Amino acid sequence: MLSILKIVLQRLGLGIVTLFVVSIVIFIAVNSLPGDFAEAILGQGATPESVATIRRDLGLDQPLVLRYLTWLKGMLTLDLGTSFAQLNFANFGGAGTTTVAEQIAPRLSNTMFLAAVTACIAVPLAVTLGILAALYRNTAFDKAANMFTLSSISSPEFFMAYVLILFLAVLNPIFPSLSNIYDGMAFSERLEKSMLPALTLTLVVTAHMMRMTRAAIISLLASPYIEMARLKGLSPIRVIVVHALPNALAPIINVVALNLAYLITGVVVVEVVFVYPGIGQLFVDSVKIRDIPVVQACCLIFAAAYILLNLTADVLSIISNPRLRHPK
Amino acid sequence: MSGFVWFAIVIAGLLVAAYVFRLAGQAITSNAPRFRDMTFGVAFGYVFGAALFVWAVYYYFQPKITEAGTPNAGVIFFRWAVQGFIIASIAAFLFRVLGRAVGTETTKKLFRSMPLTASFGILVIILYAITAIFAGSIAPYGESEILGAANVLAGGDVAAGGDPAYPLGTDQIGRDILSRLIYGARNTVGIAFITTCLAFFIGGSLGFLAATLQGWLDQLLSRSVDVLMAIPSLIFALLLMTIASAWAVKLGVPLTIFMVLIIAMIDSTRVYRLARAVGLNIVVMDYIEAAKLRGEGLGYLVFKEILPNAMAPLLAEFGLRFCFVFLTIAALSFLGVGIQPPLADWGTMVRDLGPFINFAAFIPTAAVTPLLAAGAIALLTVAVNFVVDWMLHKTSGLQE
Repeated sequence: MLSILKIVLQRLGLGIVTLFVVSIVIFIAVNSLPGDFAEAILGQGATPESVATIRRDLGLDQPLVLRYLTWLKGMLTLDLGTSFAQLNFANFGGAGTTTVAEQIAPRLSNTMFLAAVTACIAVPLAVTLGILAALYRNTAFDKAANMFTLSSISSPEFFMAYVLILFLAVLNPIFPSLSNIYDGMAFSERLEKSMLPALTLTLVVTAHMMRMTRAAIISLLASPYIEMARLKGLSPIRVIVVHALPNALAPIINVVALNLAYLITGVVVVEVVFVYPGIGQLFVDSVKIRDIPVVQACCLIFAAAYILLNLTADVLSIISNPRLRHPK
Repeated sequence: MSGFVWFAIVIAGLLVAAYVFRLAGQAITSNAPRFRDMTFGVAFGYVFGAALFVWAVYYYFQPKITEAGTPNAGVIFFRWAVQGFIIASIAAFLFRVLGRAVGTETTKKLFRSMPLTASFGILVIILYAITAIFAGSIAPYGESEILGAANVLAGGDVAAGGDPAYPLGTDQIGRDILSRLIYGARNTVGIAFITTCLAFFIGGSLGFLAATLQGWLDQLLSRSVDVLMAIPSLIFALLLMTIASAWAVKLGVPLTIFMVLIIAMIDSTRVYRLARAVGLNIVVMDYIEAAKLRGEGLGYLVFKEILPNAMAPLLAEFGLRFCFVFLTIAALSFLGVGIQPPLADWGTMVRDLGPFINFAAFIPTAAVTPLLAAGAIALLTVAVNFVVDWMLHKTSGLQE
């Protein structure tokens, strides 16, 4: 047990170091803007005096290292700075929300909701389909599934999104094509409104997870202990679910976590298509109007979530390995 | 709620039918092993497939116009999809027959062992390449030529808001959509191709260099790549595009050039990983040792000894990487920060024409234009993936 704890702590430490370096990369990238924030805020109407005032207010006259440390301290204490955009179009209700944290918090919880709904649909579906494809490998079902998943992996998210809109919202009005989520919405209504984006994301991630599940199980089927189970006369489904699946769990867990990480980047496009008020939409809007503090904070949140999920994948696949859990 | 009830009834009916099917099979074929040993899941699969086929045939022959006089868009789309699928299959089959008959001995041999999906993929890639190269002579109008009427719908039917002069209609400022789709092949695919080549040049040479020299250079490059790969690529691309858009205004350089450089940089990290891993396996070979002892220089080692031996995995990676780059560029353009307006581009077209999809229930052809642009992207990536899948299968099959 001690060695596994050591490995986990090692990975955790590595993750924190990576996040730290990533924050430096983001900070440097943002600070390589031509001119500086002051000119960016004022735009055309910048006079030398007003630029100097804003520079002093924002602390831009201090050296780069000091500014980085201040920013990092703000990030750690959840003080994400002040947004450039005085008016946030998506937040008509709360007029005058100017701090980045206030803008991001509701958006982040919306995105988490969407990701959770997607994961609840996609993970069981992908694992079941993967087991079925491994069970009936090289049949018409397997080949059809292979062709379908390959196509859905390679299509852009917005293609899937528009096809779903066409069939589930326009031709057969089952779900709404715009997901206008707001605070205080009933859970069922919220679920219904976010169904189409969730289904789109499901289509995108299920394919990859299913292919990996199938491959992980099939690669085990040649091993002697599976042969043994088969010779004992066990049914094919029992051989796969009881004997093969536990050993295939490590790669499956890994690919599930990686796909959840992929959801984070996938949400950006899908949220824009369905006008879903999540953090991806906020990020794209801020990119367009060059609202640097918001872009910076969103970027760091995305990177942190990505690193965290990759870390979880690592740790879970270590834990699911019996050789590491019970060292000699 | 009745939808769920119907769904449950249909599933229950299929389950019963599967049971009956197995029993009937046993009775009719006097207990043939095929039916005796059939698991229930397989029987259900057969019955489900048959039911799906019957439903598809029934739906295909539904009238195009409902009793109320409105077009039955679902049926129309379904017919198009089925016809498209059949035509594509026949084209792929004919292409494979052609490939087996014409060409050198090596290409003939290649086509003989090819699945239909791969020949379809190659056919699509060739068609796209022809369209991209000869876009200027194929397209009926100019790329950004503003014609008479705006928002002409697709289909060429005057009664439905179309115009025979513009078979796919015109966009919101009156540019011919067909021409822009054709030019889009040149811009979107061409830019993605250049970006991928650049990413391979940077990532590949650095990866081989790290594998050959090792030591501190390898450590430095590998750790920097680790950090860059820890940021999700689309997010990183968006962040850098924000900064680049400010520089583009200041320097007067088109944003598209920045985009090519940024995406090439981000994707070269993935190429670097692969090139280094493949390179590390090659540098321990005896012939590299021999070349080193002969006193060959670094350039010779990398390009004449390592590169030819790493060609197969790199070629498969090139196909996959091209898909990723192509999808990233399409996504950026769709979000409005990618390829910039005067150039025709599929991602931007999807975003601009997207709202037309809401008219699909009344005028089915109206919904076609955004789906055509998005479908053009999807078709190429699917085709490339089919070919790469076949290539990977072939190389792994040969090794076993």
